[in-house]
Amino acid sequence: MEISMKINGAEVTHDVEPRTLLVHFVRENAGLRGTHWGCDTSNCGACVLWVDGTPTKSCTMLAASAAGHDITTVEGLEKDGKLDPIQQGFIECHGLQCGFCTPGMLMTGRWILDNNPKPSEEEIREGISGQLCRCTGYKNIVDSIHWAADHPAENEVSA
Amino acid sequence: MTAVQEVPISAGGNPIGFGSMKRVEDQRFVRGQGNYVDDVNLPGMLHSAILRSPWAHARIKSIDTSAALALPGVIAVLTGKDLEGIPRPSLLGDNFAWMPTLSYDTQAVLATDKVRFQGQEVAYVIAESRYIAKDAVELIDVDYEPLEPVMDAKRAMDPGAPVIRDDKGQTDNSITDVHGHKTWESGNAISTAEAIARAEADPNCVVVTQEVMYPRVHPAPMETCGSVAHLDKVTGQLTLYTTSQAPHAHRTVYAMVAGLPEQKIRVIAPDIGGGFGNKVGVYPGYVLSILGTIVTGKPVKWIEDRGENLMSTSFARDYHMTGKIAATKDGKILAVDVDVLADHGAFNGVAQPTNYPAGFFHIFSGSYDYPDAHCKVTPVYTNKAPGGVAYACSFRITEAVYVIERLVDCLAAELGMDPAELRLKNLLKPDQFPYTSPTGWVYDSGQYEKTMRVAMEIAGYDELRREQAEKRARGEYMGIGISFFTEGVGAGPRKDMDILGLGMADGIELRVHPTGKAVLRLSVMSQGQGHETTYAQIVAHELGIPPEDIDVVNGDTDQTPFGLGTYGSRSMPVSGAAAAIVSRKVKERARIVAAAALECSPDDLEWELGRWSVKGDKERGKTIQEIALLSHSSLELPEGVEGHLDATAVYNPPNLTYPYGAYICVVDVDPGTGVVKVRRFIAVDDCGTRVNPMLVDGQVHGGIADGIGMALMELIAFDTDGNNLGGSFMDYLLPTSMECPSFELGETVTPSPHHPIGAKGVGESATVGSPAAVVNAVMDALAPFGVRHADMPLTPSNVWRAIQGNPIRVDMAIE
Ligand code: FES
Ligand code: FES
Repeated sequence: MEISMKINGAEVTHDVEPRTLLVHFVRENAGLRGTHWGCDTSNCGACVLWVDGTPTKSCTMLAASAAGHDITTVEGLEKDGKLDPIQQGFIECHGLQCGFCTPGMLMTGRWILDNNPKPSEEEIREGISGQLCRCTGYKNIVDSIHWAADHPAENEVSA
Repeated sequence: MTAVQEVPISAGGNPIGFGSMKRVEDQRFVRGQGNYVDDVNLPGMLHSAILRSPWAHARIKSIDTSAALALPGVIAVLTGKDLEGIPRPSLLGDNFAWMPTLSYDTQAVLATDKVRFQGQEVAYVIAESRYIAKDAVELIDVDYEPLEPVMDAKRAMDPGAPVIRDDKGQTDNSITDVHGHKTWESGNAISTAEAIARAEADPNCVVVTQEVMYPRVHPAPMETCGSVAHLDKVTGQLTLYTTSQAPHAHRTVYAMVAGLPEQKIRVIAPDIGGGFGNKVGVYPGYVLSILGTIVTGKPVKWIEDRGENLMSTSFARDYHMTGKIAATKDGKILAVDVDVLADHGAFNGVAQPTNYPAGFFHIFSGSYDYPDAHCKVTPVYTNKAPGGVAYACSFRITEAVYVIERLVDCLAAELGMDPAELRLKNLLKPDQFPYTSPTGWVYDSGQYEKTMRVAMEIAGYDELRREQAEKRARGEYMGIGISFFTEGVGAGPRKDMDILGLGMADGIELRVHPTGKAVLRLSVMSQGQGHETTYAQIVAHELGIPPEDIDVVNGDTDQTPFGLGTYGSRSMPVSGAAAAIVSRKVKERARIVAAAALECSPDDLEWELGRWSVKGDKERGKTIQEIALLSHSSLELPEGVEGHLDATAVYNPPNLTYPYGAYICVVDVDPGTGVVKVRRFIAVDDCGTRVNPMLVDGQVHGGIADGIGMALMELIAFDTDGNNLGGSFMDYLLPTSMECPSFELGETVTPSPHHPIGAKGVGESATVGSPAAVVNAVMDALAPFGVRHADMPLTPSNVWRAIQGNPIRVDMAIE
């Protein structure tokens, strides 16, 4: 079946099997491999991207269900050659090691800050608790999100 | 030697040498531009999937692949019988159905006669898409005759137990190593037994015996294993993109397994989504993807799903340990004896140095000063997945640290002594180094008491004990647990250590381009450790070239020199040393070139901050960048000097390095629900010189999370029918941000005396050291209930049952 959706602002259309998972549509059909896959049971969150601005586990959604919706992936975070503060925060605070969980963590981290610009440690920990990281022990991920909270992008400062 | 001197900062804002520096590799990862194996797509590439056994032990009567083959889009279906029919011109048997393991055993690539664990590879489908491949797997019809499974190690020892490895003509389930040994002993059995007997007879002494199980767990990196194989039929070149922590060792194994000429094999480990030892072994899936490309002539991708990863690839631990510790009543340790039953699963697939079949377990005598220690390890086959050395264990030092640190706490409980005081009384003293342990390890350096006191200071130990006393009086259960560990890492001296005959030395290559920019090529392979950053810092430290001017290449056997790869915390102690040494070679070449340019003798020059200058006339000198250009120029060089600065080195470590640390964990236990909350975790590591302290801390953080996971949540259990009860992330529980506290770190720095930059390695320290701290804390909390020991994982139900006097037996299959 033919499925169309907007990914990072661009219209994407592909003819795929009805059972195609969104994670596979994004990775294989749209060719955006920043979104990862890590489990069979919706536990790991390596696949998290945004559907209409909300973090979603793309391994647990059919591409067909996302048809007509607005998808944002990690590739959509950088604007005009400038990293989003959440990306910069992960670099500053060593919030990643192997980088496999990172795209999902970035998407959730950005979303947390969009909804709560000054989150507490508890709020951040709860916000990322549906996503697993095997490398960092989470402390530096929490610190990275805090760094981004403390360094909002210039255009957002006035907002 | 140490990093105490002022480090200059480069134009790029980086330390020209050691210091916290942001990672080079992050630039691609935060943009979603990493390149993991599943991101590799080659033109015309096919996909594949493996049919796995639902039974732990069964005879294969027949396999019908016709329905699968009839499915449109299926290219080929292979069974063990098919592989038996593919002749293999190699030293390792004459067909492809079996392959060698890293411990000189054999393992089925696809089962021919029997399946021997649930999840074992039975058939292989190659198809046009991964969806079709999975569909076809469902269409394969296998007729099994179920056999009695052997699901616990003790049962495996029974004389009447079903024989698992009848393929090898075995009549029992014992494992024989390459030297013909069925048990592995270390230390002095006689003196240890005598010391324990003397203590038993002495009213001023105690002997404490404790059974301690280190249950089966799994490294479970976030990226599962996988490969993309491509054989170019015209050139005969095989390229394998794969999740490998040891690309060079894998290349050699594939040359042996497939009988392919090694120069035609290129193994590329692109970005790896975590390894932790899971990606050291050679798995049937990798071999099948190679066979897939040989059979189809097209590139073939194989990516494991999570269930396959947890059920079939290298597990860790499964050590049933009984420890005895003897001490005087005032707390001086006299002797320790440990007896181990080691469950190796259905194939002996342990990845460890040949002469160390129980890994480095015999470092179990720990960080304490006493004369007599002995251990005996008996390995057995069971109907479980193969493996055993994985999950950041430093070749089984996790098990060793766990048993000694539990024993010390049990002893403290018996003596009514504070566990910190007991440890301080027995820790090795700085003037005892180099220290030869009762089992023959030579610890290089340490200031154990100092490190312990730093940890106690950060924790506010005395205050914590006061708080605990108050809480106990109120009926609240708080626990404080200590673990003091010593590791031996950086395997290893080539005279003692090899894997499949390959000595554990590592090559390195440094090229300095005419403009003074450099490329360093490593044999080891990052899985997230940050080699692209830290190795550039080592070269920067030695040569004064800014780290941003140095590119680090790893993970491609065609682009890097041979070496055994990254596991057992060996990168920094082995390859890190190689990086320093190759830089020093370049520095010496630069000296000759500089002397020629300055028209003086090399002996008249001195080195400072990336520049050779004339002694006593600092103005006259050449920077390393200037020298690089001169080395390529028409400058006349002395007779016999070839020009250019490039150099190679192979580092054969003279000894292991011995990082150590003191960890303190604080928990609160709810006796009503059994829930354990890790409130604080203090870690003071001494890993010698810290090349990049920020990255060292990151390694420690990850390891503490592992320890919390193993102590409280993670378990690969089996039922008596042979079913794996930890085959998904629904059942195999990993710690999340909610279980981990905000870790509190400290450091002491005691450089390794034999390592060129004094670094000891740290990758696995916290995974090794932390589980005992967590378990000791929970046992400390439960002491008022009379609980002295309960096995990991200390899940709420297990803690609750321990309080009721009936802890869960994780050493047995579940009814
Ligand atoms: S892939 Fe694990 S939650 Fe989506
Ligand atoms: S950085 Fe490796 S899993 Fe999070």
